[in-house]
Amino acid sequence: MKKLSLIVAGVAALAAASVAQAGTLEDVRAKGFVQCGVSQGLPGFSNPDDQGNWAGIDVDLCRAVAAAVFGDANAVKYTPLSAKQRFTALSSGEIDILSRNTTWTMTRDTQLGLNFAGVNYYDGQGMMVPTALGVNSATELDGANICTNTGTTTELNITDYFRANGMSFNLVAFEKADEVVAAYDAGRCDVYTTDRSGLAAQRTKLTNPDDHKVLPEIISKEPLGPVVRQGDDQWFNIVRWSLNAMINAEEMGITSANINKLTYNDKTPAEARFIGTEGKFGEELGLANDWAYKIISQVGNYAESYDRNVGPNTPLKLDRGVNALWSQGGILYAAPIR
Amino acid sequence: MSRPSSLIYDRQARSLVFQVLLILALVFGAWWLGSNTLVNLAAQGKTLGFGFLTQTSGFQINATLGTWLMEYNVGSSTYLDVYVIGIINTFLVAALGIIGATILGFTMGIMRLSKNFVIRSFATVYVEVLRNIPLLLQLFFWYFAVLRSLPNRRGQIEIFEGAAGINITGLYLPAPLPQDGAGIVGVAFIVFVIAAFWIGSWAKKRQYETGQRFPAFWAGVAIIFFGTALVYFVMGQPIDWSFPVFKDTGPLLRRGFQIGNGMAIIPEFIAVWLALTLYTAAFIAEIVRAGILAIAKGQTEASYSLGIRPGTTLRLVIIPQALRVIIPPLTSQYLNLTKNSSLAVAIAYPELVSIFAGTALNQVGKEIEMIGMMMIVYLTFSLLTAAFMNWFNARVKLVER
Amino acid sequence: MANARDKNYEFVRREDAPILPPPATEAGITGWLWQNIFVSMADYTSIGAGIRSLLMAILSALILYFGGTQIYALIDFTIFSAVFSDPEGIKREACWTVDQGGVLPSGWHGACWPFVVAKQKFLLYGAYPAEDLWRVNLTGLVGLVGMVWVMIEQLPYRREVGAAMLSLYPLMAFILLTGGNSDAEFSNIGIWLVIGLAIISAGRLGKRGFLGPTFAEFATLIGFTGWVFLIFNAVRGVAAVDFGLEPIDTRDWGGLLITLVVAITGIVASLPLGIILALGRRSEMPVARLLSTIFIEFWRGIPLITVLFMASVMLPLFMPEGVNFDNLLRALIGVMLFSAAYMAEVIRGGLQAIDKGQYEGAQAMGLSYWQTMRLVILPQALTHVIPGIVNTFIGLFKDTTLVSIVGIFDLLGAAQSTIADPSWSSHVQALSVYVYVALLFFVFCFGMSRYSIYMENKLSKSRSH
Repeated sequence: MKKLSLIVAGVAALAAASVAQAGTLEDVRAKGFVQCGVSQGLPGFSNPDDQGNWAGIDVDLCRAVAAAVFGDANAVKYTPLSAKQRFTALSSGEIDILSRNTTWTMTRDTQLGLNFAGVNYYDGQGMMVPTALGVNSATELDGANICTNTGTTTELNITDYFRANGMSFNLVAFEKADEVVAAYDAGRCDVYTTDRSGLAAQRTKLTNPDDHKVLPEIISKEPLGPVVRQGDDQWFNIVRWSLNAMINAEEMGITSANINKLTYNDKTPAEARFIGTEGKFGEELGLANDWAYKIISQVGNYAESYDRNVGPNTPLKLDRGVNALWSQGGILYAAPIR
Repeated sequence: MSRPSSLIYDRQARSLVFQVLLILALVFGAWWLGSNTLVNLAAQGKTLGFGFLTQTSGFQINATLGTWLMEYNVGSSTYLDVYVIGIINTFLVAALGIIGATILGFTMGIMRLSKNFVIRSFATVYVEVLRNIPLLLQLFFWYFAVLRSLPNRRGQIEIFEGAAGINITGLYLPAPLPQDGAGIVGVAFIVFVIAAFWIGSWAKKRQYETGQRFPAFWAGVAIIFFGTALVYFVMGQPIDWSFPVFKDTGPLLRRGFQIGNGMAIIPEFIAVWLALTLYTAAFIAEIVRAGILAIAKGQTEASYSLGIRPGTTLRLVIIPQALRVIIPPLTSQYLNLTKNSSLAVAIAYPELVSIFAGTALNQVGKEIEMIGMMMIVYLTFSLLTAAFMNWFNARVKLVER
Repeated sequence: MANARDKNYEFVRREDAPILPPPATEAGITGWLWQNIFVSMADYTSIGAGIRSLLMAILSALILYFGGTQIYALIDFTIFSAVFSDPEGIKREACWTVDQGGVLPSGWHGACWPFVVAKQKFLLYGAYPAEDLWRVNLTGLVGLVGMVWVMIEQLPYRREVGAAMLSLYPLMAFILLTGGNSDAEFSNIGIWLVIGLAIISAGRLGKRGFLGPTFAEFATLIGFTGWVFLIFNAVRGVAAVDFGLEPIDTRDWGGLLITLVVAITGIVASLPLGIILALGRRSEMPVARLLSTIFIEFWRGIPLITVLFMASVMLPLFMPEGVNFDNLLRALIGVMLFSAAYMAEVIRGGLQAIDKGQYEGAQAMGLSYWQTMRLVILPQALTHVIPGIVNTFIGLFKDTTLVSIVGIFDLLGAAQSTIADPSWSSHVQALSVYVYVALLFFVFCFGMSRYSIYMENKLSKSRSH
C-alpha cells in the first residue's frame, strides 16, 4: 500500500496538475485552448464526423467562446462525457465549459455548485411511434413498451406522465442513445422517448425514418444550455455573452458573410458597438474589443449555426419553432449589448 | 553494545518496525484520500449519508423477477427497494448462468476429447471463437443481431400452442399461481428431494456392504415426481396456471402478448444469460479438458481392463479425479461470470450496476455511498462462492489417499 | 539334414506373399474418415451400443448441418453477399435494398464494407490528426519488430532488444504518441532527480553497513525506491523536451490505438506492483501479508466495470482540489490496479512452484531476502509464469472494451460511435462493423493464445530434463 500511494502521488505529478482557481480565464489563456465537455455523439448537437472533428450547435458555442477569448475558434479541445460524468468533470476542473445538451433545472443550478449561462436550445421531451401503430396521441399508449436511455430526467418525466394519466407501461432503459435506437428499430418497443431534438437526430438512424412519427405531446420543459462552475463571474459572463452575441447578431442581421463589410461601411451605433469599434465592451469582459466580431466571422450567428447543424436542410430537419427569435414568433431573446 | 543496538540486530524487531511503518503509511493514505474527498464533497455542496435509501424512487423498472418479488411500485418503493431488486436480478442471471455454463462447459470439454472428428472439431471451433472475442461484443451480437431476427411485438413463434411463445418482447411461459395449500406441496417437494438423497446414500452404503446394487437415481426421480404429484392431487390441485394470452385482432397497439398473463422473460435477460453462458462455457470446457488430460492414461486403461464401459469410466473414475484439478480454476470462472453479469448495463437488463449504480445514482448523486454499496454486494458474492468452493474442494480432496 | 524347402511340401510357401495395401479402415482418406468419424457410429453388436452409435450418428449429422450453415452464413455475409465498393460515393444507399430505395435485391443481407473502409481511420486511430498518423504507425512498427525479435530464438542480441523494449521503447512511444514537450519545469525535475540520487546513495551506503544493520536490511528496498524516483523523473525530463512534434491530446486517441495502449500499459505497469503484492502475500510479516491479501481479493472480487466507474466518478473526488487526471489516465490507473491483483496471483503461482531448496540454497549462500528474490527466485518464477502472464494479457485485452462505457473510444467504442453516423445507416451497418471488430479481436487474441501454448510446451519440455 505504501508503494501504491507513492505511485499514485508520482502519477499525480506526471498528470501535470493544473490548479483550478477562480480565474478560469487566466487558466484558459495559459493553456491556450478551451476545454469543452460535449456529448458522446448526438448528431446536430455534438458529434464527431468521419475524421473525428466535432460539430453541432453545442460545439459551436464552445467555438464561439474560443473565438472570443483567443480570436481563434479552433482553440478548443473536446471531452466526450456520459450523462453520469458530466457534472463531476466540470466541478473537478477537468473541463471549462459543459456544453452537452444539458437541461437547466433548479436542482442542478442550486445544488451542484454550477451555473447555467443561458439557453441555446429550447427543447421538450417527446415521443416517437411507428406510423403503422395508428396512434395519434400519447394518451392512447396504455400498456406500451417504451425505450429510453438512462442517466437523464427522461425516465422520471415519462414515468410521471404515465402515472398522471393512469396508464401502465414497461420501461426499457439503455445506457447509450445508439442502443436505444437499435432496440426501437428492431421493434423491441412501441415508443421511443427523449428530447424532441434527440428524436429528430436519432430518427435519421432508423432503417426507414419515414415510417415513424413524433406525437404532438410535449411532456416536459427542457431548456438546454452551457454550464460553468459557480463562483467565477468573469468566465460566466464570457460564456453568457458569447451566446448572447450570436443571438444578437441574428437579430441585427449580421452574418459571417456580411460582417466584414461592416468594418468599413457605414454602420449603426449598435453595429459599431457589436464589432467593437465603439465602446469598450470587450475590455469589460476581460477580452479584446473585437470579441463579438471574431465570434461571428468564425462561427456565424445563431441562425447560421442552427441551419448548419439542426435546421430543415440537415438530416435532423428541425424547424425553428420556439427557438426562433422573439420577433419571429419564438422565445429566443438576448439582452442587448450596450 | 547498548540495548538499542541489540534490538537492531533482532530480526523480529526489524520486521515489527517495517510493519508499523506500513500501517502508518496506510493510515496516512486513507486519511489523505478521506480528507480530500470531504473537501471536494463540501465544494460540490454534498454530504455523506444513507438517508437517500428511504426516499421514493421516481422511475419505472422493466418487469423482472426482482420487481415481481419486491412488488415494485413507482412512488411508493424506495431506493433501498431498487438496491434489492438489482441484487436479485444480478443473482438470478449469475445463478442461471453458472448452471448453464457448467452443463455446456462440461459437455464441450468432453466433446473436445471425442474420437469423432466432427464432434471434436466443432467443440474446438466453439471454444476458440467464443473465447477470443470480447464478451461485450458478444452481448451486443446476441441482443442486437439475434433480436432483430425474431418476430416483432405483433407476431410470435409458437412453441406450444397457447402455452408458450416468443417474440421480440420476450419469451412467454405459463406462470404458476399458488392457491391455498400450495405451500404444503412445496414442503412435500423438499421432503421428497431429501428422501431421494437419503435413498441414494442408503443404496451406496448397501452396495459397499453387500455388493448389491439399487437403481437409486431412478428411484429418487420417481419418488420426487410421483410423490409430489400425489400430494398435489390430494391437496386438490392448489396451483393454478396463468397462460400467456396472444391477441392478433383488434387495434394494432393492443395486439401481441397481453400484459399480466403468464410469465414474461424479457429479451435482455435472455441475451445476458446466453452471452454469459456461452462465453464462460468456452473457458470451462478448456478447464475440463485440461483436468481430464491431467489424469494418467493408466487410469483409463486400468478401468477398461476391469471391464468398465467408457461412459462409466468417465463418470466413476476420470471425473472424480479430474474434479480435484478442475475445481480451483472453475471457482474463478464462476466468480468471473458473476462479475461479468455487470455488463448487462450495456443492454438495459435491470441488474445492480444498471439500475442502482446507473439510473438511481444519476437521480441521487451519492457516488461514494452507492458505488460502495454496489461493491459490497460483489465482494460478498465472491466470498460466498469462494467459501462454498473451498468447502467443496475439501470434500473432493478427502477422496485422495 | 535336409531343409524343409527341399522337401517340396505343398503347404510351404516358396515366394513372399504379395504386399497388400493397408486395410481401407487404416490408411488414406477413407481410413482417416473411418478412424475419426465412422468408427464411433458403427457398433451395432448390442442394443446399447447400437443406440449409442445411432445417437452419435445423429449428433454428428446435426452438428455438421448446424456448423456448416453457420459457417456458410458467415462467409456469405462477409464475402459472397457483401458490398465491397462504393464507386459513386453514395454512402448508405450503396447498402440499401430496393425496398429502402437502393439497388440491392429485396431481402439482401451482407456486409457493407465501404462503410468499414470509410471508418477505417477512425476505428484504428480515433481522432488522431491524419498528418501525424506516421507517429502511431512508427510506434506500432517498432513495437512489432521488437516483439517479434524477442520471440524468435535464433536472432542475436535478444536480451538487449528485450531490455530496450522495456526501457527505451515506452519512452519513445510516449513521446511519439503524445508529442512530448510537457509543461513540467526542468528545475522542478532537477530537484527530484537530485533527491532520487540521494536516496540511491543512501541505499548504497546502507548496503555497505555504514548506517547500521537495520538500515542494511532495507537498503535494497530504499535503493529501489530511489531508482523509481530517478527513472520516473528522468522520463519526465525527457518528456518535457521539445522535439518539435505537435502535442496530441489523449482525448483525440481512439480505436485500436487506445485498445493497445490500455492493454499493454496496463499489463506492463501492473507487473512490478503484481510482484510486490505476490511477495507481500507470501511474506512472513502478518501485516504485509494481510494488506496484500486484502488488496488482491478486493480488486479480484469486483467487476472491472465498477473499477472503471470508480476511476471515472470517484477518483476526482479522492484527489486534492485542482489535481486532474485525464480521462485515459484515470482508466489506466483503474486497469492497472485491477490487473495488478490478477498478476499477483499468477506470479504467486510461479513463486509456489519454486522448490524450497532454492530458497534454502540462497540463504545458505548468505544472500539477503531481496537478493534471494532478485537473483534466484524471481527469474525462475517469472519464466514459469510467462504463459499465465500472456493469458492475463489476453483477458485484459478483451476487457479493454469496457472503457467504452466510461466514454473512451476504444475499438468497440469507436465501432459503436460509427454506427451512430446516419450517412451510412442501413440495416447491416451495425453487423458489418461488429463482424470486422470481432475479426480483429479474434486475430489478436488467437495469435497470443497460440504463443502462450507454444511457450507452455517449450517450458514444460525444458523443465522435464
